[in-house]
Amino acid sequence: MSPKTLYDKIWDAHLVDTAEDGTSLLYIDRHLVHEVTSPQAFEGLRLAGRKVRAPEKTIAVPDHNVPTTADRVNGITNEESRIQVEALDTNAKEFGVHYYPVSDVRQGIVHIIGPENGWTLPGMTIVCGDSHTATHGAFGALAHGIGTSEVEHVLATQTLIQSKSKNMKVEITGQLAPGVTAKDITLSIIGKTGTAGGTGYVIEYCGEAIRSLSMEGRMTVCNMAIEGGARAGLIAPDETTFEYIKGRPHAPKGAQWEAAMEWWKTLYSDDDAHWDKVVTIRGEDIAPVVTWGTSPEDVLPIDAVVPAPEDFEGGKVQGAKRALEYMGLTPGQRLQDIEIDTVFIGSCTNGRIEDLRAAAKILKGKKIKPGLRAMVVPGSGLVRAQAEEEGLAQIFQDAGFEWRLAGCSMCLAMNPDQLAPGERCAATSNRNFEGRQGRGGRTHLMSPQMAAAAAITGRLTDVREMMTPEPEPA
Amino acid sequence: MDKFETFTGIAAPLPIINVDTDMIIPKQFLKTIKRTGLGVNLFDEMRYDDNGNEIPDFVLNQPAYRDAEILISGENFGCGSSREHAPWAIKDFGIRTIVAPSYADIFHNNCFKNGILPIVLPQDQVDVLMKDAEKGQNARMTVDLEAQTITSSDGEVFHFEIDSFRKHCLLNGLDDIALTLEKVSAIDSFEAQAGQARPWV
Ligand code: SF4
Repeated sequence: MSPKTLYDKIWDAHLVDTAEDGTSLLYIDRHLVHEVTSPQAFEGLRLAGRKVRAPEKTIAVPDHNVPTTADRVNGITNEESRIQVEALDTNAKEFGVHYYPVSDVRQGIVHIIGPENGWTLPGMTIVCGDSHTATHGAFGALAHGIGTSEVEHVLATQTLIQSKSKNMKVEITGQLAPGVTAKDITLSIIGKTGTAGGTGYVIEYCGEAIRSLSMEGRMTVCNMAIEGGARAGLIAPDETTFEYIKGRPHAPKGAQWEAAMEWWKTLYSDDDAHWDKVVTIRGEDIAPVVTWGTSPEDVLPIDAVVPAPEDFEGGKVQGAKRALEYMGLTPGQRLQDIEIDTVFIGSCTNGRIEDLRAAAKILKGKKIKPGLRAMVVPGSGLVRAQAEEEGLAQIFQDAGFEWRLAGCSMCLAMNPDQLAPGERCAATSNRNFEGRQGRGGRTHLMSPQMAAAAAITGRLTDVREMMTPEPEPA
Repeated sequence: MDKFETFTGIAAPLPIINVDTDMIIPKQFLKTIKRTGLGVNLFDEMRYDDNGNEIPDFVLNQPAYRDAEILISGENFGCGSSREHAPWAIKDFGIRTIVAPSYADIFHNNCFKNGILPIVLPQDQVDVLMKDAEKGQNARMTVDLEAQTITSSDGEVFHFEIDSFRKHCLLNGLDDIALTLEKVSAIDSFEAQAGQARPWV
């Protein structure tokens, strides 16, 4: 048998049919659904008199439009948002899919609750009408975003029409320096390969630095595969993965667990598998980074200065010029001198318990800069509950952060949490496009630790200056 | 999906390159729960002023083009985000065919999923049709998908290329779902076999 990559193995295991021109029909194991990209798909089924083929493999949750303030129990004020969420309530019920309504403690961002409840498992094919579906690749699953017509197609047939992507290996060798996180890895990769560097590929992340990451960290890395242009990103499952999954509500149990483990352990790329592209980065070379522009590839180490348009080539010269203007920055300005108005810790990139722990560690016993708006939005109700139990919520509140309910929140301007024009935000989310967090809003992407540090000083800050050195092992 | 039949209709000229999906349908209209009803917001920012009044100069506001069924435009039509709201708005307005020298990939794909025919013609031929369309209400062109031709109001015939599978789907009103459902027995047997091999899924 010819050697295969992990992507090849999962692909082959889900192939229903291949046409002469290579177009394939792929079976989908899990279909995640949220309120923004699904109403037209359900409506399409209704008009055609079709049913959801596998409601037991379909999981729905409202997240994008949902307010994150406590008064949301009284209903959503924005008429259009309310209608979109109500449509999902109705559709979930009518078509009999698994559903976590706003009132359920397990409600949260779709890409957080899938893994949390054990829906996301190694070797699966997972889709969602959302580009950050790549997150689930952290479990060694083939996971990617789809359009609304495709959502309807998956609902009706539990399959997707696909052509195969190429294989790309991104290896992060060695160890990360203190203060460097999974977010810095993923941003640095995009900084190196560009936002179109992964176009046409499925990426497998590997190497010692990736292996050393927790599942939370791996999800952060895979989450942003799409920002690098890739269709999906994945990481081969290992003991860390199995440990995380074991005991989750929808994870296999008993004999099924044993059978699953047997298969899961075969899910890795064979030594001599063929890669169409290989990128290698030394873990030691990665610094804590921030973005300065309006594309996730506009990444620089925190101790750098704002670049000038002339530092770039081709179309990027104009792009950088426009970005600097939009961001209100001057070439040569130290990144650490950039003052911010808002801090947002949350999103499907960094809204998990470990992210909150890391931020709280920096904030413990400190206060945010007076006048700053700072909010923590846990990725799910369960993350929120756990953070309260661990005392993290108290640390955030004592520091001056707002402690919110779960949702996409300020990651995108579809709910009340938005930036005002010209407002500048240190954000742990994944997109810094113009207007992403609100019309005219300015976004700097970074890790939760760096966002916490920025909250204290009121400017972009090198978290390493705030870290208490770990005691040397005796 | 409705079958794509030969029709004769008014063609509206939109001589702009890089018409992006934000121009076609701005993001404030993405909160809808329907595929239909977006036609009134098609080209919203070009079509209405800040007070919601029609801008009389915009082509689709001109009496001659209000019922246009064909749109003639510039290269890289439909670039930008993947929102399917763009073809939905176009279709809802009543446009069934677009003619341009090139299209953005996802938009092009989304057109077929929604019964819209995006015709690709060389720039010089698009120029001829653009001139013809500028004649107004009398610029009625005929689109014949079976023969792969579009005929100008002067009777000049232009031949276009199209992928045979996509042509077949449009002509027969087949959507991807209907096609996949023809393979339902393959899905059934895959499901049975995968259920044995991976019962925990
Ligand atoms: S948190 Fe942001 S990126 Fe993630 S699903 Fe929500 S809106 Fe999309």
